[in-house]
Amino acid sequence: MAEPILEVRNLVKYFPLTQGVLFKRQIGAVQAVDGISFELHKGETLGIVGESGCGKSTLAKVLMSLERATAGEVLFKGEEISRLKGAALKAVRRNIQMVFQDPYTSLNPRMTVGDIIGEPFEIHPEVAPKGDRRKAVQDLLDVVGLNPEYINRYPHQFSGGQRQRIGIARGLALKPEIIICDEPVSALDVSVQAQVINLLEQLQGEFDLSYMFIAHDLSIVRHISDRVGVMYLGKMVEIGSDEQIYEHATHPYTQALLSAVPVPDPTGREGRERIILSGDIPSPANPPSGCRFRTRCWKAEERCSTELPLLAVPSLEGPAAHESACHFAAEREVEQSAA
Amino acid sequence: MAKSEESAAGAALLQVDDLQVEFVTRDGVARAVNGVSYSVGAGETLAVLGESGSGKSVTAQAVMGILDMPPGRITGGRVLYRGQDLLTMPEEQRRRIRGRKIAMIFQDALSALNPVFSVGWQLGEVFRVHEGMSKKDSLRRAVELMDRVRIPAAAQRVNDYPHQFSGGMRQRIMIAMALALEPDLIIADEPTTALDVTVQAQVMDLLAELQAEYNMGLILITHDLGVVADVADKIAVMYAGRIVETAPVHELYAGPAHPYTKGLLRSIPRLDQKGQDLYAIKGLPPSLLHIPDGCAFNPRCERAADRCRAELPLLQAVLDEDGADLPGRRSACHFWKETLHG
Amino acid sequence: MTDDKTTTTPVSGKVVPQQRKDRTPAAGSAEPAIKVVKEWQEVWHRFAANKLALVGLVLVVGLLLTAVFAPLIAPHDPLKQDLMNTLKPPSGEHLFGTDILGRDQLSRVIYGSRIAVIVGVVSIVLTLLIGVVLGAIAGYYGRFYDTLTMRVADVFFAFPLLIGAIIIITVTGRGVWPVVLSLAIFGWATVARLLRSSVLSAREMDYVHAARALGAGHARVILRHILPNSIAPVVIYGTFNVGTAVVAEASLSYLGVGVSPEVPEWGNMLAAGRGFIGVYDYMWTLPSLAVVLTSLGFIFVGDGVRDALDPKLR
Repeated sequence: MAEPILEVRNLVKYFPLTQGVLFKRQIGAVQAVDGISFELHKGETLGIVGESGCGKSTLAKVLMSLERATAGEVLFKGEEISRLKGAALKAVRRNIQMVFQDPYTSLNPRMTVGDIIGEPFEIHPEVAPKGDRRKAVQDLLDVVGLNPEYINRYPHQFSGGQRQRIGIARGLALKPEIIICDEPVSALDVSVQAQVINLLEQLQGEFDLSYMFIAHDLSIVRHISDRVGVMYLGKMVEIGSDEQIYEHATHPYTQALLSAVPVPDPTGREGRERIILSGDIPSPANPPSGCRFRTRCWKAEERCSTELPLLAVPSLEGPAAHESACHFAAEREVEQSAA
Repeated sequence: MAKSEESAAGAALLQVDDLQVEFVTRDGVARAVNGVSYSVGAGETLAVLGESGSGKSVTAQAVMGILDMPPGRITGGRVLYRGQDLLTMPEEQRRRIRGRKIAMIFQDALSALNPVFSVGWQLGEVFRVHEGMSKKDSLRRAVELMDRVRIPAAAQRVNDYPHQFSGGMRQRIMIAMALALEPDLIIADEPTTALDVTVQAQVMDLLAELQAEYNMGLILITHDLGVVADVADKIAVMYAGRIVETAPVHELYAGPAHPYTKGLLRSIPRLDQKGQDLYAIKGLPPSLLHIPDGCAFNPRCERAADRCRAELPLLQAVLDEDGADLPGRRSACHFWKETLHG
Repeated sequence: MTDDKTTTTPVSGKVVPQQRKDRTPAAGSAEPAIKVVKEWQEVWHRFAANKLALVGLVLVVGLLLTAVFAPLIAPHDPLKQDLMNTLKPPSGEHLFGTDILGRDQLSRVIYGSRIAVIVGVVSIVLTLLIGVVLGAIAGYYGRFYDTLTMRVADVFFAFPLLIGAIIIITVTGRGVWPVVLSLAIFGWATVARLLRSSVLSAREMDYVHAARALGAGHARVILRHILPNSIAPVVIYGTFNVGTAVVAEASLSYLGVGVSPEVPEWGNMLAAGRGFIGVYDYMWTLPSLAVVLTSLGFIFVGDGVRDALDPKLR
């Protein structure tokens, strides 16, 4: 495997909850990301899945330095970047860019497409000399499959899928090595999603990009990812290759998540065994003690409420031997039925 | 499966017949629904599958009588509930059917509930208004309903306000409200789209159980091929305001007879496609202001020929290879034969 | 919306750069090309759809022209006293009569438009300037700046304008600029609040995150991304309130704390006519009419501006 291009160690992000009008005092914290570690390798796609409130979007924002980490380290090619400021931060931003979920709010409605895609060059003039910028923007439009003549149009003149292409072009402008895709297709029509996924895959080969691909659509994540991490309530509960996660999941939450995904094939649906979890995801402001999944877990025992299970490789054989944060990590008996 | 055959034999609970809906916009007339017909029987689940702008929700709104008019207007067709046309009956009579006989569940439960009243009060309102129940009795019924949709500690939570519930719980409250008067038919418009996967599974599970228990008809409006495969008995696929294909669920997934359906099914990522491009339907869904001539899907269709650009394909019977009629199957494609058997 | 780029044939492995030419969208498109409409054209279109706004625009333009060309339009010198012809009712010579010092009423109303325009426009510009800067800082930086600015704004918001203005003018003396200053000092708080709340929502937009992720500095984020998308309510408020400022200024002058009494100004004229109500009604009707039409004009225009800018109507 290629060398890690991004290393995340024990990353923590708490949002303080405050009270008071003039003098704010802290009364608690939303533990959005609570001690996450993983590596992203050069040229690979790491999928991150989890439900709302699991912290996957906060994780993306912290990695993008849009939010300051409360604790922990983010290393880009071995260099700690989570505490950088000013010019050093600006320089490192060239390497990590982002594609956002909602193509309707991610483009400034008062700027033309040319201004939107050209803005990275205005901020980092060293990337493209002034005279070449228009050409550079048109090249980028071409790369993402849009007509370069659209340069003077406004975002509202495009469809969702086309807007997402514009967002991708902006992300590519600085020739980054890493692109964080936060639910890049979930706002698009089904028939357009595949077009954007294909584009992302083509660009990855062409520009040697590493992707962190955050999504809740498990079948798309499986398609595009080399490795997949599963998050629950601010923690990474399981991480492994796509096959390890989808075929040999050992964490009960991963198993429940996979079994809950509706399979687009009615064959044998009556006999399908499905884990229906009880209850809702607890509030990240007041997570359960010990294992955070224990309140909804059918395997939970006394130990789970007192002892936090660490993300580690359990002593299992074969593909089941991958990192999982469960005291009772084991493959599910019945056949996995996820897409 | 037995139940769907049963209902097909009996009279349809709801029958939509050649429904047409337009919207007048500043840029022209948008033809949102162009002659849609479908029917659903007791205990049966009809999935209406389509993307945004396909007209699937507008059809449901017209059926429910909650379409905004203007800008919308119904320009033709009938909506028969047990043989009576809802579109021509007096509003007074229609109101008695709406809510009591046909109920609706929306995607966004938060905006469908009134934020300034407790959920118990809102659930109880149904009984106060429709059955003239006292405040106390209506609250008791509200607790029963909340229990029915498995909201934990219903008696304690009955006086809570909508924002105090999670998304999944709010959707249960919506379902409880729809069930209150034990309707014959529920129309669910993207009921789980806003929910997380594990919660979606809970809600769909509940809905299916209640449907079986009360033998209700269910019209499920969705874009999710997975949800459809899980719960539908039969499917109507919509594109640009028309139904392009109808079929029983197993047959549709096994062999679609319309290129649009085929494209949708092919674009689902499959295991053996890892590292390859996904199949993608080219282009975009059309604007309803400029629906292409002939078949609306022709600019995006791989099979499109001159005929498809000139002549609108009507929904027609689909036959098997021996020429026998396949019951419940219709396709609006000139080349359904090639699509299904080719 | 023309054709989106598509790939219909599954290609194994990665695409090589040479294939890039294939990505240019094909010529024939499924739908008619989009009409490229300049944004200002669209804004004007929506403004002009409001007939009352057009009436308001005529009134406002009329006021501006009157103010600019006052010396050409006015039949007499507004300051010239003619003690032989005081309190003359309207006649051919003096269309709207003369005042107690024999000055031509019409000419004084015409010159009065200059004060109205200066006070109305300058005070609103100043109000917006202070309000936008403080509101943007409060909304964008939040925390301490927000608390501080908004509490100070509360104080100014709660203070009655007329009393505040009287205090300021007592200190500075009478004149146009003290009036302008008082109007701005007691007007910015509303603007700051308005802008702060729209900045708060614009700040959370993904395009702002995207700009920050690219390394954009605060100035660029605020000026390029946040303000253009949050300024509309403030512009609408400003347009509506030019009229209010004119009325407030006339009130101050009427109360004797505005501009000096000899200056041709509508509030002064109203004050002078106050003693003759029911006797020489022409003394107060014309200046009143001027104040009302000006105020209405800006309110109508404000209504049109709201139609034109309010994204909810789009």
